[in-house]
This record gives sequence, C-alpha cells and structure tokens, in this order.
Amino acid sequence: MEVLNLSAFYGGNRAIQDINLKIPDRKVTAIIGPSGCGKSTLIRCLNRLHETTPKARVDGSVFLDGEDLYKLDPTLVRRRVGMVFQKPNPFATMSIYNNVSAPLRFNGRPTREQMDAVVLRSLKHAALWDEVKDRVDSAATSLSGGQQQRLCIARALAADPEVLLMDEPCSALDPIATAKIEELIGQLKNDYTVVIVTHNMQQAARVSDFTAFLYLGKLIEFGPTVDVFEKPKEHLTESYITGRFG
Amino acid sequence: MKFDRFARRKYFSNGMAVLTGLAIVAIMVPLAAVIYETVLLGGSVFNVDLFTKGIPQPCTPLAGVTCQQGGLVVPIEGSILLMGLSALFSVPIGIGAAIFAVEYAGERKSARIVGIVADVLSGVPSIVAGAFIYALIVVYDPTIVFSTLSGSLALAVIMIPIVTRTCEEALRTVPNSVREAALALGISRWKTTLRIVLVSALPGIVTGVLLAVARAAGEAAPLLILLGNGCEHPLQGLSQEGCALPLWIYVGATSSSQNLVNLAWGAALLLLLLILVLSIASRLTLDRLARRMRGE
Repeated sequence: MEVLNLSAFYGGNRAIQDINLKIPDRKVTAIIGPSGCGKSTLIRCLNRLHETTPKARVDGSVFLDGEDLYKLDPTLVRRRVGMVFQKPNPFATMSIYNNVSAPLRFNGRPTREQMDAVVLRSLKHAALWDEVKDRVDSAATSLSGGQQQRLCIARALAADPEVLLMDEPCSALDPIATAKIEELIGQLKNDYTVVIVTHNMQQAARVSDFTAFLYLGKLIEFGPTVDVFEKPKEHLTESYITGRFG
Repeated sequence: MKFDRFARRKYFSNGMAVLTGLAIVAIMVPLAAVIYETVLLGGSVFNVDLFTKGIPQPCTPLAGVTCQQGGLVVPIEGSILLMGLSALFSVPIGIGAAIFAVEYAGERKSARIVGIVADVLSGVPSIVAGAFIYALIVVYDPTIVFSTLSGSLALAVIMIPIVTRTCEEALRTVPNSVREAALALGISRWKTTLRIVLVSALPGIVTGVLLAVARAAGEAAPLLILLGNGCEHPLQGLSQEGCALPLWIYVGATSSSQNLVNLAWGAALLLLLLILVLSIASRLTLDRLARRMRGE
C-alpha cells in the first residue's frame, strides 16, 4: 500500500499534510505521534472513511496493488481495506453470528453453508472461536469489551480484506484483553497487511515491524521499528520517544 | 423580634407549599372528573352489543316505549380504517423526511429546514388541515370529497410532522459508530441506513408512529368537514362517506335522542381507553429502547 502526497481537511482545517508513505505488505506498520497529530485522520483516509465526515475533504492518492483507491467506488475500497475502531462497535441489534456474517449478508446472497464457513474461519482467526462456539446466537453485547473487540476484528476479516486498519484498538481495553489483541496482531500479519494507530509507544515497539512518526500533520520519520526506536534519524522523533513531549 | 421573623418565614413557606399542592389538585380534578363522568355514563352501555351492533334508530324512552341500545361497530370499523390508511400515507413520508434530515443532509441547512417545516406543520390547526384537503380533493374529484379516503389524507397531514420529529430523534440516538462500522465493512450507504441504522432505531420509530396514531384517533375537526356521515349504515368503501369514533361522539352527543347520547358516551369511553392503550404501548417500547441502549 502506497500513500502519495496525501492531505486531508476538516472544513478549512488541514489535519494531515503531504504524507508520502510506503506501507509494506504483510507486515505490521504502527503510526505513532502525540494527540491531535493526525494519526486517526491518516488511517481513515486509507479506507476512504474520512470523507464520510461532514465537510471533510482529501487530496492525493492511495495505491493498493497499483490501483488508486481514490479513483474506485469507496464501498468497494472498504471491502478490500477493513477497519477496527477505538471503541468496540459490534451491531447491538445482532447476534454474534449475524455480526460476523454481516459483510456477507449485506454485500451478497450467501448460502447458509458459505456463511457458516466464513463465521467459523473468521472467529478462529480472531482467536474468539473457543470462547463463543457454544453461544454464537446470543447477543453481541453479551460479550466482554475485549471479546467485543475481537468480534469486530472477526467481522472485519469476514469481508476478506487485503489490509486491516486498526485505530487504537486497545485503548478501551484492560491489560489482559490488550495482550490478547497484541498476540493476535502478530498472527494476523501472516495473511494481512496491518496498519495500527497507537498512542502507546511500548505497544508500537511490541507489535510493529515498521513505525511512522507523525507530528502536527506531517510525517517526520518512517522506517523499521527497531531503527525508529533505537537510532531515530530525526531529533523530533528522539524527543518524542524519550518522552520529552507528547 | 428574631423569633418573629423566623416564624413568619415558616408560615410563608408552609403557605406556599399548600398553594402549590392546591395547584396539583386543580389539575387532577378536571382529569378525574372527565374520567369519572365518561366511565359512569359510557360504562352503562359498555357490553357485548357495543361491539356487535350498528347505530340504532333514534329513540328516547317514554312510558311504554323501550329503546334499542345499539352498538358502535361502524364507528369502530371506520376508525380502524382511517388509522390504517392515514398511517399508510404518513409513515413512509415521515420516515423518509427523517432519514433525509439525519442521514443525508448532515449539518447542512436543509436538515434544519425539515425540522422547521415539521414544527410549523404540527402547529397547523387540524381544521385547517381538513379544509386544505377539502380544497384539494374538490378540484380533483368532487364525488369523493366526503369519504374515508379524504378523511385519512387530512389525518395523514396531522400525523406526518409527529412521525418525522420522533423518527428524527430515534435516528439521532443511533451512535455514529454504528454507521461507521457498517460503512467500514463495505456496506453501501443506502443499505447501512435502511437495514442497520433504521433497524437500530426501530423502537423509537414505533413509539413515534403509535403517538401519531393516538393523536389522529382523537381528531374530530377535519373529519367533520371530510367524512360526511356514514355512521348509520355499514361502511360502503373508501371513496364513500365514512364514520369514526370522534365523529360519532359529535353526532350522537348533539342529537336529541337519549339512546344516541348514551352511545356517544360509550364511544368516548372507548376512545379514552384506546388512547390510554396506545400511550402505554409507546411508553413501553421506549423503555425497551432505553434498556437496550444501556446494554441490558
């Protein structure tokens, strides 16, 4: 996935500015930076969700497999680029099964067997199957916060995306649930390109292969996580990572 | 001296408490009186006949004359027909306007315009809504001016703003994270709105529809203009003169025959019960919505 000259606006406000970024396939890329630096805005541009906000606008391009996502139908883009949000947001009116099968049911006419197969595969992939296999027909809201977040990951995987975006997926979770999600991210990169926004630098260091540091809407530094954390090229990056601001 | 001031304050405070208590009594008394009178007079005809017989021949009991009580089959059927038809006209329009305002117009001016139009429309006196439909239909086809159809159109005009406003509220209670979750799965905007957001808002929408039906069920003014009087015979059809409970209350209560007056009280009691049931039902669905929002 490649980001080219990307700027995003809220009304007249420019949230991110001329971002250029090559996100490696089947690796975990972390986006870090202080609050309000445009991390979430950047990730929301990658599946064209930013433009659904009133008065929001995007300039530039995002390429996936050589195609400019901004020249495609946004609905189709979002089937290829899945997303998990900060707060778990399962559909409260649906069961666990119906949550996971939602992308199939709403985007096509799957048979029961197809749905069963995808639900099983996605729940297993999201490391939730063992905990819910006896109650897939109970309400999604009956799950704990951490389980709900893994349900949302399963739901995103059910759409069979190439890229999985995660916008601070652990910030509403306790340490144990966080550890489970982090472990899961390590497995997901075998099959998906993962981009994770986090305000937690330890988390970025633990889970990611590459790290991008954003500051005031600009990309300051991008490289392998080890390099960014141990020998940052930019003075600003070093100051942030050592905790001198942010 | 000091003691006196405290004592005065205490008397003043107690006096005000009594006055506000009297205000409560003042609003309870008319309500209790209406219910008492209606139950007392309507209760005397509240039997099986009320639901199985038609409107009787006008009659006032004299020495040696017994009157038939009759029943309200025709007004009941007419009211049900009117409620169904007017809901059929108003619910899709009201929900559509609410969807436009909340889901599509966003923060644009047009969203506020929907709200303002709905508010103004709900302030239009119902007799004006009736006159409006009269003027409209008389141009189109004068032979169906006095009919169930035109009556239900006027009721729909009254219901639309209620449905629109409550649906707007219901849609706004659906958190944005639900819309984003659906959009992020590559579900189209239209399906997200119709099959996910609208379903989440359903209890609130049902409440709104029930409130609108309850309001229209008690309307008499536009029906006095538009319904004609089809109460004395079985209902003929949508384009023929119709009947309704509030219309019958007017006709029966102003007649000089005692049995029709009694039947009007029966209709009043029935209407009161109907509105009570609708209000309780709408409150219950709202409670269920609130419980679900809290995740119980």
